[in-house]
Amino acid sequence: MRLLWILLLGTILLWGCDHQSVAPAKDGDGEQPPAYGDTLLMGSIGEPSNLLPVLASDSASSDIHGLVYNGLLRYDKNLQVEGDLAEAWEISPDNLTITFHLRKDVRWHDGEPFTAADALFTYRLLIDPQVPTAYAERYRQVVRAEVPDPYTFRVTYAKPLASALVSWMFPVHPKHLLEEGDVTQSPLVRAPVGTGPYRFVEWVPGEKVVLEANPDYYEGKPYIHRVVYRIIPDPSTMFLELRNGGLDLMSLTPLQYVRQTDTPAFRRMFAKYHYPDFSYTYLGFNLRRPLFKDLRVRRALAHAVNKQELVDGVLLGLGVAATGPYKPGSWAYNPDVRRYPYDPDLARRMLEEAGWSDSDGDGIREKNGRRFAFTIVTNQGNDQRIKAGEIIQRRFREVGVEVKLRVIEWASFLKEFINPGNFDATILAWTTVPDPDAYNVWHSSKTGVGELNFVGFKNAEVDRLLENGRRTLDRSERKAVYDRFQEILAEQQPYIFLYVPEALPAVARRFHGIDPAPSGIMYNFIRWYVPRDQQKYQR
Amino acid sequence: MLVHIAKRLLLMVPLLLGITLISFVVIHLAPGEPTDLQTQLNPDASAELRERLRAQYDLDKPLLVQYGKWLGRLAHLDFGKSFVQDRRPVAEKIAERLPVTIMINVLSIGLILLVSVPLGIVSAVRRNSLFDRFTTVFVFLGFATPSFWLALLLMDFLGVRLGLFPIAGLKSLGHEYLSFGRQIADVLHHLILPVFVSAFGGLAGFSRYMRGNMLEVIRQDYILTARAKGLSERAVIYRHALRNALLPVITILGLSVPGLIGGSVIFETIFAIPGMGKLFYDGVMMRDYPLIMGVLVIGAVLTLLGNLIADVAYAAADPRIRRG
Repeated sequence: MRLLWILLLGTILLWGCDHQSVAPAKDGDGEQPPAYGDTLLMGSIGEPSNLLPVLASDSASSDIHGLVYNGLLRYDKNLQVEGDLAEAWEISPDNLTITFHLRKDVRWHDGEPFTAADALFTYRLLIDPQVPTAYAERYRQVVRAEVPDPYTFRVTYAKPLASALVSWMFPVHPKHLLEEGDVTQSPLVRAPVGTGPYRFVEWVPGEKVVLEANPDYYEGKPYIHRVVYRIIPDPSTMFLELRNGGLDLMSLTPLQYVRQTDTPAFRRMFAKYHYPDFSYTYLGFNLRRPLFKDLRVRRALAHAVNKQELVDGVLLGLGVAATGPYKPGSWAYNPDVRRYPYDPDLARRMLEEAGWSDSDGDGIREKNGRRFAFTIVTNQGNDQRIKAGEIIQRRFREVGVEVKLRVIEWASFLKEFINPGNFDATILAWTTVPDPDAYNVWHSSKTGVGELNFVGFKNAEVDRLLENGRRTLDRSERKAVYDRFQEILAEQQPYIFLYVPEALPAVARRFHGIDPAPSGIMYNFIRWYVPRDQQKYQR
Repeated sequence: MLVHIAKRLLLMVPLLLGITLISFVVIHLAPGEPTDLQTQLNPDASAELRERLRAQYDLDKPLLVQYGKWLGRLAHLDFGKSFVQDRRPVAEKIAERLPVTIMINVLSIGLILLVSVPLGIVSAVRRNSLFDRFTTVFVFLGFATPSFWLALLLMDFLGVRLGLFPIAGLKSLGHEYLSFGRQIADVLHHLILPVFVSAFGGLAGFSRYMRGNMLEVIRQDYILTARAKGLSERAVIYRHALRNALLPVITILGLSVPGLIGGSVIFETIFAIPGMGKLFYDGVMMRDYPLIMGVLVIGAVLTLLGNLIADVAYAAADPRIRRG
């Protein structure tokens, strides 16, 4: 989850910067020299909950952690693992031990030197049963963590763990400030001290969080002097603030991107980017229901859904049809899986073959006296899912399947419907991370109440693949495992994978040096700059 | 009188207990728990973690035990610590939000009174005139206009297009570098739109109420007497009628005391104002039980006190009630 947020901070696979948004030649990138100074204003819908990463699990907090803290490792612009606080690392031949060699030139924001003791302390914090953290699971698999010398940190696992390496991207916490007393009551909860490119300045509750460039950052002082997160709970207000110059960076909705920002005035002030986001939306069938036990039925319904129509209607074209659980273009993605082109005639034929036919002429199919009718549930507050549901409802009706759509408040939705498996089908989305481990969502052992395989998917081969996948470290061997896994999912259609939306950030044009890459635009944030004569804020 | 007040205060205790018990049970009946945000649909969260978190919050204990513990803390005037991830004392969180909310609500009630009392009087005195009809339409338009819609329109037109007002928040960026006078001007500038929007919807109720009272009073015999004495119409209306027509306003003001801390989720969200409404709403959404209970208790106490104060003030203002 933590990794997920790190990535959300700035994950971008650039399929094409919006051509309309290319800056006019006179203030094009690279012409003016970088300069220090100016402030970047970002909007945040929610107030951060907790600025100690070990305790937080919301995206507003994680955005700030990303600038204040460093992990031992991080993803580079192409989503390859690279050293952060660790300048090098090695994995033992038996794949059980990872040794990190840490940088010697890093200091905490209060001037104390960073050492391996901090890394060890962070690990202990993560596995401490007294610490209410959501991240403990992965670190419990470490059997030994040790500090052979002040700049070496070594962890040993009982079994090889493929996601072990990326788990050390978790922000490192300062031992000297946290070892005394209860971490949940530490002042660092509201005033963090990290090693990152930005130092915490102030947090005015309900209003803003202010960060300032760290002049001693080990990679050099960031150009942009200050970063202000303004807490603006309403998306419409946020958009008005953006247009008014009160924000410099914001993620747009498809509607804002296509219809509301296509004006010369907006284009003069902002550059828009679009690239696939790290998530996918799906229609999941409850496989415990007799209706969906029949593979022919699931496949027929897959042929009845027009994914391109969903992309066009729901995302206004800003997305791509999904074929599986991985992001198109990422290393684990397998493009050669069975696809289900939109073909209502085929869908009707397949339903006939499966024994569902409309014998009483009311337009809805029946089999053994049972009508083919079911309910799709989804959560309140996500218009895109509701719209997708409505479009799917119509398409299913056309092949003789009656669908009701029910929208439920989030907590009740999980508690009453998803967790107990009390639903026919649901439209939901998963956030994806670069590591393809999908054990928790697809393994047959995860079908219990409140677990993530709530559709009840059980497949012996998938179980084996998922177990091997998380124990295999070699990239090409792993790819073979997950390629096969994607083939089976595509064959079995426990979900109809609907679409991968795009992230749609708009950034004020005075910021230069933005270089979109597979990992996003934020990865080189410390190299963004505003040329001297365009700087807006002096202090 | 003092005995009466003391009796009323004593009676408030069981009432308050009842209110808290019912609130406590009802909010726990709603599906979802404070730990959900961390554990639901999170691939990293195990069942064991869920249990551990629940135990940390005492959520694994029977409801009545939880209530008892909460009540015990409340007896020491301790609202407990928030269940959301910042774990801050509830009292601190509320104290942080209260001043802004009270300020906006006082300003807005002030504005409502300032506008609706004269509106009501004039409408009553010139009943069925063009003015009366126009105000009726106007105030009901205000009543019927969704505040979020009005707010967004004003922000777009006056803020983005004309640039007259800031869009959201209470302070400009760089507020802390301004002189003290400028700081106040800055906050006032930011307050104009939110106060206007929150007052606009309230005009209808109050001005109609004022009009109704005034009409009632004007029909009384003593007004007829005053007129018969040959007093000027001005003196009749403003000295004799208005004073009596204002009496019920005391009740309304008493009832609006809890509203002072209530705030409104809608306009606080739209204007990005960190007030009580948003705090409470977020608390409910995250099932932050101590926070919800804290706000409810304060609200309940203020409601009861407001009623009491209104009764006392009414008695002080109106000799008929005092003697009766």
